[in-house]
This record gives sequence, C-alpha cells and structure tokens, in this order.
Amino acid sequence: MRIYVNGDQREIQVGTLAGALETLGYGGRKIATAVNGRFVAAAARPTTTLSEGDKIEVVAPMQGG
Amino acid sequence: MAFYGVELASRLLLGTARYPSPKILADAIQASGAEVVTVSLRRESGPERSGQSFWALVRSMGVRVLPNTAGCHTVKEAVTTAHMARELFDTPWIKLEVIRDDETLQPDVFGLVEAARILGEDGFEVFPYTTEDLSVADRLVEAGCRVLMPWGAPIGSARGLNNVYGLKALRAHFPDIPLVVDAGLGVPSHAAAAMELGYDAVLLNTAVAEAGDPVAMAKAFAIAIEAGRMAFKAQPMEPRDMAVPSTPTIGRAALGD
Repeated sequence: MRIYVNGDQREIQVGTLAGALETLGYGGRKIATAVNGRFVAAAARPTTTLSEGDKIEVVAPMQGG
Repeated sequence: MAFYGVELASRLLLGTARYPSPKILADAIQASGAEVVTVSLRRESGPERSGQSFWALVRSMGVRVLPNTAGCHTVKEAVTTAHMARELFDTPWIKLEVIRDDETLQPDVFGLVEAARILGEDGFEVFPYTTEDLSVADRLVEAGCRVLMPWGAPIGSARGLNNVYGLKALRAHFPDIPLVVDAGLGVPSHAAAAMELGYDAVLLNTAVAEAGDPVAMAKAFAIAIEAGRMAFKAQPMEPRDMAVPSTPTIGRAALGD
C-alpha cells in the first residue's frame, strides 16, 4: 500500500497506523501523529486503519520560540 | 505572577531556537533563570533523532514547557498542532500562533480568535500571540484566554516596543490579565521598558540566541526584567516638557552684580 509519511512516498504492508510507525522505525520514539490533517492520539494508533494514499504526519519535539 | 494558576518566580520566558549549540542553549536557560521555555513540533523522518535528543535536554533542565503552533497559517493547522503538542508535551498550555503575513509574521487575529475559542472549549490553556489591538484582546478574553501575549515588534526583528502607546492602553484595559510582551525585543533595555509599563513578563528568543554571547545576554535580560519590574512597582514619575531644577533654589547665594 502506498502512503505518504512527512511528504515522502512509502510502501507498507501493514494496515494500521501503529503498525506503519513500527515498520518505519518510529517505535519507542516521542512523537505525535496526524492522518490527513487530523490528529490521531497515541491510544488510537492501533485501531486507526490506513488507506491507499493517506498522508501521515509524524512530529517530534523541536526547538521553538 | 501566575499563568492559569501556575505560580512562577521568573518573569522571563525563553525560546529554545537558533542557539549555536545544545550546550549553549542549556547554559543560557540556566543563566536566564527562566522557568518556562517555548518549544515546537517538527517533522521527524528517517533515522534522524534530533527531536529526541532535544527533548532529553529540555527535560534535564527541569523547566516547564510552553509548546507553540509556529508556522501555522490556518485555524485547522493550529488546532491540529495544538492537539499533537498537548499529547507530546503533556501540558494544556499552548502558545497559539496563527500567522497571516510571512514578511512581518503578523498574527491573523481573526483566525487567532477562532482557534482560541475552539481550543479553549477543548480544555487548552491558550497563550495567544497577538497584536496590541484592544478589540482583538477583548475577543481573546471572551474566547477564554487568561493570558495575552502582544508583540513588541515583528518576530526576530530586534526593534523593541514599536507601539508603546498601544501596549500601555492594553495594560490599562486589562489590569487583571497577565500580559506578556512576546517577540521583537533586541536588547535588555527593551525588556526593561516593557516591564516598566507594568507588563507581567516578556518572552524572547532570538535576542538571546543570536547574541555573540548568548549565556551572558540571557543573564543581562534577566537582570533588566527584574529592574524593570522593580521600577514599575516603585511608581516612576511622569515625564514633563519643562525643566524643573532638582537642586533647591531657595537659599542660593546671591553672587551676581
């Protein structure tokens, strides 16, 4: 299945957000997620099913003013 | 001084961006005495873990974080970012920025008020980055904001207080709302001037981070903010147009012809 992660096209097999994040190496990291512009809480990632073409945003803490 | 019930001793809120190194950032935070630092969210891709190490550093400082929605241009972006920040940083605090113009980074005050209302209803404690406009400030308070953060000047411009009259009026209209001058300061005297107007605190980043010696500058700002606050409480005299001799004239020796 083709999805977009932070703007980059990726091919994944798994169907949930939690699975995709694990596959993509985000396991254990302090991150927050959104799918197609909507916030997805960490607790909802295992039950969030991804579809072809979904746009996933993965963000982490960063310096800010 | 309290923000949403949280008592703070330091009146300096410090940004964490643009420092020459993580070590200098950490030293600057310490030198500033700030109890609150601003942080942000950015994409984390691939094997890079820059966000993770930054977070470890902030946590080691033992300071409270105020996440921002920097870079958001729409209400939807800002609200989604706020939700991600609340989960990531485990705080209801959000420095709400909705930007309209990229040249001045001037807030989109219409979007700001709308986003503040949405977030307030959802339990967020909003710190809106706004202008000194009184009507907008009133709308923000109506929307549930219990802190207001008017700009001194455009972000990163180091111009100081562009509209002292407007900032004074805002202070007079909202005597009970904590007011923070956020952005545009360049040197400690700018911060002292804001505090002398009766502002509760200042938030700055670039003025410290891009100084030749950020650690010394952080300390200089901390001292200026303390001096400005002390001066405000000491009730400064009003300026006047004509000179008034400070030395008494009565009893002056008559030495003329």
